[in-house]
Amino acid sequence: MKAFLVLEDGTVFEGTHIGADKEVISEIVFNTSMAGYLEVLTDPSYAGQAVCMTYPLIGNYGICKEDMESLKPWPDGFIVRELSRIPSNFRCDMTIQQFLEENNVPGIAGIDTRALTKILREKGTMNGMITTNEKVDLDEVIPKLKKYTTGKVVEKVSCEEKYTVAARTLEENGPLSGSASFDKEAYARGEREKKPSLVQESNGAGLKVALMDFGAKKNIADSLAARGCEVTVYPALTPAEEIIADCPDGIMLSNGPGDPKECTSIIEEIKKLYATEIPIFAICLGHQLMALANGADTYKMKYGHRGGNHPVKDLATGRVYISSQNHGYVVDTDNLDPAVAVPAFVNVNDGTNEGLSYTGKNIFTVQFHPEACPGPQDSGYLFDRFINMMKGEK
Amino acid sequence: MPKNPNVKRVMVIGSGPIVIGQAAEFDYAGTQACRSLKEEGVEVILVNSNPATIMTDKDIADKVYIEPLTVKVLEQIIEKEKPDSILPTLGGQAGLNLGMELEESGFLASHGVTLLGATAASIRNAEGRQEFKDLMERIGEPCAASKVVENVEDGIEFTNSIGYPVVLRPAYTLGGSGGGIAHNQIELEEILENGLRLSRVGQVLVERCIAGWKEIEYEVMRDSAGNCITVCNMENIDPVGVHTGDSIVVAPSQTLGDKEYQMLRTSALKIINELKIIGGCNVQFALHPTSFEYCVIEVNPRVSRSSALASKATGYPIAKVTAKIALGYTLDEIKNAITGKTYASFEPTLDYCVVKIPRLPFDKFITAKRTLTTQMKATGEVMSICNNFEGALMKAIRSLEQHVDCLRSYDFTALNAEELKERLKIVDDQRIYVIAEALRKGVSYEDINDITKIDMWFIDKIAILVEMEAALETQPLTVELLKEAKRLEFPDNVIARLTGKKEEEIKQMRYDNGIVAVYKMVDTCAAEFAASTPYYYSVYGGECEAKETKDRKKVLVLGSGPIRIGQGIEFDYCSVHATWAFSKAGYETIIINNNPETVSTDFDIADKLYFEPLTAEDVESIVNIEKPDGAVVQFGGQTAIKLTEHLMKMGVPILGTKAEDVDAAEDRELFDKILEQTGIPRAAGGTVYTAEEAKEVANRLGYPVLVRPSYVLGGQGMQIALSDQEIEEFMAIINRIAQDHPILVDKYLQGKEIEVDAVCDGEDILIPGIMEHIERTGVHSGDSISVYPAPTIGKLVKDKIADYTRRLATALHVKGLINIQFIAIDEDVYVIEVNPRSSRTVPYISKVTGIPIVDLATEVILGKTIKELGYKPGLQPEAEYYAIKMPVFSFEKIRGAEISLGPEMKSTGECLGIAKTFHEALYKAFLGAGVNLPKYKNMIITVKDADKGEAIRIARRFEKLGYTIYATRSTAAALNEAGVKARKVNKITQESPTVMDLILGHRIDLVIDTPTQGRDKSRDGFLIRRTAIETGVNCLTALDTARALATSLENASNQLTLIDVASL
Repeated sequence: MKAFLVLEDGTVFEGTHIGADKEVISEIVFNTSMAGYLEVLTDPSYAGQAVCMTYPLIGNYGICKEDMESLKPWPDGFIVRELSRIPSNFRCDMTIQQFLEENNVPGIAGIDTRALTKILREKGTMNGMITTNEKVDLDEVIPKLKKYTTGKVVEKVSCEEKYTVAARTLEENGPLSGSASFDKEAYARGEREKKPSLVQESNGAGLKVALMDFGAKKNIADSLAARGCEVTVYPALTPAEEIIADCPDGIMLSNGPGDPKECTSIIEEIKKLYATEIPIFAICLGHQLMALANGADTYKMKYGHRGGNHPVKDLATGRVYISSQNHGYVVDTDNLDPAVAVPAFVNVNDGTNEGLSYTGKNIFTVQFHPEACPGPQDSGYLFDRFINMMKGEK
Repeated sequence: MPKNPNVKRVMVIGSGPIVIGQAAEFDYAGTQACRSLKEEGVEVILVNSNPATIMTDKDIADKVYIEPLTVKVLEQIIEKEKPDSILPTLGGQAGLNLGMELEESGFLASHGVTLLGATAASIRNAEGRQEFKDLMERIGEPCAASKVVENVEDGIEFTNSIGYPVVLRPAYTLGGSGGGIAHNQIELEEILENGLRLSRVGQVLVERCIAGWKEIEYEVMRDSAGNCITVCNMENIDPVGVHTGDSIVVAPSQTLGDKEYQMLRTSALKIINELKIIGGCNVQFALHPTSFEYCVIEVNPRVSRSSALASKATGYPIAKVTAKIALGYTLDEIKNAITGKTYASFEPTLDYCVVKIPRLPFDKFITAKRTLTTQMKATGEVMSICNNFEGALMKAIRSLEQHVDCLRSYDFTALNAEELKERLKIVDDQRIYVIAEALRKGVSYEDINDITKIDMWFIDKIAILVEMEAALETQPLTVELLKEAKRLEFPDNVIARLTGKKEEEIKQMRYDNGIVAVYKMVDTCAAEFAASTPYYYSVYGGECEAKETKDRKKVLVLGSGPIRIGQGIEFDYCSVHATWAFSKAGYETIIINNNPETVSTDFDIADKLYFEPLTAEDVESIVNIEKPDGAVVQFGGQTAIKLTEHLMKMGVPILGTKAEDVDAAEDRELFDKILEQTGIPRAAGGTVYTAEEAKEVANRLGYPVLVRPSYVLGGQGMQIALSDQEIEEFMAIINRIAQDHPILVDKYLQGKEIEVDAVCDGEDILIPGIMEHIERTGVHSGDSISVYPAPTIGKLVKDKIADYTRRLATALHVKGLINIQFIAIDEDVYVIEVNPRSSRTVPYISKVTGIPIVDLATEVILGKTIKELGYKPGLQPEAEYYAIKMPVFSFEKIRGAEISLGPEMKSTGECLGIAKTFHEALYKAFLGAGVNLPKYKNMIITVKDADKGEAIRIARRFEKLGYTIYATRSTAAALNEAGVKARKVNKITQESPTVMDLILGHRIDLVIDTPTQGRDKSRDGFLIRRTAIETGVNCLTALDTARALATSLENASNQLTLIDVASL
């Protein structure tokens, strides 16, 4: 079946329909990761957006459910050059076609994704519609597209009730990356070994972390649990008092979708968390909210950073790390009061802020994703830094 | 960290002659790095024995030494030039080994020279088998169970403890020389013995066989501050077991999820960090196909063939960045040259798929085994880019120039499903074609995967191509079907064949429906940032990013495709120089080429680079967009020449010599007319199509005769026939491939072979120098030792050659380059062949005479005359030194290849010996080619009867040099009778000890064996020659070469004179 992608500037791409049979209007963004489409699809930060993958061959290794970063895919739509006809991977549970259909995600394939990316790069992120209607009336649709806003999406993606992710021992983490060995008999029984772990030390054993879920990727809690921390996940709108009353050793503010400035009530709660002496580590939206809570500003970037190849420089050491990124908004450090916070990381490509260190506080925040999934695992050491901070406080 | 101010004079070591496993990629890397160093104001002292390289140009380095790559020579150069640092990581394994030896001996330290790019410790840790294994164990990175052994017994014992099969890898060798997989003790002993001999340090790694696992490579960069990035990862379609140089490779990996991808990436970064490499590095992994188990196969702490591929696949200039890092810069200080905005500290992301296919030499060595193993055999490779895998594969196939254009190009239709399954067990270069036929015959994906271990995903992609073939064959050709076939990159001629239509009809149907190729950019960032470098590849469907530019006159320079025997790096040298010359003359330059190993496909050589197959259709698609003012074909070897007619049909003017004049040189009848008209003699001959006609001509001329196809390079299929029977044999071989042109049969004349390259402006000619071959006619010019200035011919002959050259060049209306081969018999000169184009000797003669003939030819093509260019027409004055070009072979890499020299070219590369005297130049040339004698002073001579007289004279000289001579019965008798002491040894078929035992005893320096005719592999001579080559013994098959070697040894000297070629 034919499908169309209509952009608010009037550009129309014709392709083939994939996934669920429905029409959507959404914000169109692109992601440059070459692998990890499932992690992208299940990253709650994409709620309210339709994602275009710049890598043209998608679905090659199918869907390995244990790699999902949340319980379901969040993008409103999925835009690809080509979906693989067969998936090939020993852990593959289903095809990407099935996954999109079952989860009600519509999409379009067979379009010139590079041309689309160039439009978004030149004109900035814009809204669009994915439809199978061959008789779309642009005059009618374009005003609708222009009117669309992502809105308050954090509440949609956050968990409804608080829950706990238990601390794990090193054995429970499964084989250390590099030490896995193929067990023929277990494989024949249908057992698939666990993903390899990078964590070599239970340095967080005995620590309790409160994770504010603004749309958290699963691997944030997992990264802490694998290091021995017990992680309690709180819905986004949980009052600060409730968290403080639970006496966590540290608080994590998660990633999440949408415009940080829409999260007005959450920002108020974060102000209260800031006022305590509890160590705080924040990622992505969490990083932006902490900045807003402290009087800084955020602005929308022309087309954001979405991919797994962005260089960030740790200003304390001068070292550059390749990071996983997914954000459309960024903290404006121009009017940042150094008495409140100073830049800790900067993007090597465009000089935008990638992290802050809060003056006189045990608080540090990053714009990128140390939990990776998808993308490079280079900055996983930040979880250890957070653990050390909590230990110092204890 | 800014540049290290102490680095001012850097010595760069090149990789020497082109051999299998070490090819043009190091010229590309070295050239890029030298330019990058010079950009920083660093003085570059370059050492490389290979004169065909661009890196040895005086505009690339400040001081250029084309000298043998030995420790002694390097020490002498260091003493003379006093560099403060040395960069050994750009010259392949050869360069790295030399750097290590200089460091280990303490020479560098005592001369205040710093090793850049890597420390001796990091090289040892990466290259020494045991050191590497220990290091991996320490950091928790898995290697296959293995043990380094120094003798066969230990190897057997260890293998018994881990079980067969095992892989054997000799330490410090190139392209896996001497390695292999042993399935039983007999194989183990054979391979191990050979490997121990070939290893520089006498060590072989015996390791658990992980054949069948996925083979994945990562290209990693690290700077002195410890910042690490991966440039690219690559997946071998052929699983572990086939050398990555012989595998079909795709970038990025296609069948790895993020979990596997990141797991291996993290491991690669951990390893490079632990090794503390400063620069580029390649890490190879084996990944279990159904688990997360992996093994680190090996690490190359230097730029490599894979890094050249990764550079071209991503646009990330690894060698350039490596050079900057070596100077002290960190990755975040180096600009990304493609975007001009971002920095080198990022990871390229692709929005396309890249396929590399190796160019294997089995069309040259028809007796060789086609089997692919851990020993690399490919001489070169092609790369293609497309936004779908099927298209990239199709484009790569037709880039090979091996008479293949689709998955039906090798015919396996005679085999049934069961036979195909059997055939699939053979791992060779035809495997993908066998898979395609198996799919056609209904063999299941599972069965194919089971036998080949090739991932299902790739099998499915081949199936998609097979299904398209069937659709084209059986369904009406609708616009939709045509569009899809083009999306999968089916060329028009294949669609025409399958649909039973004419190629023209298909093209017309495409044009009528707007189905045309569009061009996308390689920009390192998947369009996230605007790129400023026009590096293009084609796809069907979508927006075209290539725009016709009109501000300057435009010239299309056609490259020479993959490196193969007969068409090597020399033609890339010519293409690049022509491009630079056109650019200097104000032209916009456009290069089309498909070879990832070359300088010409570096994105900053031409104004625009199209990485595309060099077929008429692919070129036409580019011409339609660019509308060039002209094309130049005379620099790109036969690949470019073949496109001449097509370009004219497209309306593109051919710059320089006209197509009809090229034809006149190749077409027998036309050429005979020209010879008649100019009064130049040649050997009598005729043109034929069939064996019957050939025999008739041969008998009329009288044997021996020379048989060869027209329009070929490197003497492909050329043979000297002595009898009707041989004519039949050779004609059958030539006619295996349908010939568009007649076959030539000429009377074979024996004399001195002379070669000239000249520039002609239509009226005057310029001959930089006359080259004389040491081997008599009958040995291909590319395999002969070539001497400039010609040492044994007199002024009369030289004048005659200059005169004939002028007459031929003007009669053929040559504008640009011409190459002519002559035979001189006493004072008579005959012409053998004329090539109105650049030749293999152009870089060599340019460098040793200091006359930049490609630049001059380009100026002439653009309308200048030789006089206007400031040269006196005619033969130029001779230099005051001798320059000798020595061929270098890779016979040890190709099992079963016949090594004896003949009219068909077999060498893969060359080196230069340059000195004030002929003798020293000859000594240097042999030394550069790796002939470092004497060692044990034992030699074997076995020659055919006709050669015995000459052999006696040669043997006497070796005897004087202190050699003990062994000879087979009749040769020994002849020698002893003549008073040369020779010990008789038994023939192979006789009782032990035989000549074979002697060779295997490792104490033989040299075998001189002149072969009897024919290609019979069972002959003693063939076995002797193969055994000698495979055990690392020098083996000469032409007495002229043997005589030259004797001369060289008689004049051996420890202290060589060094010549800075840049100052000539």
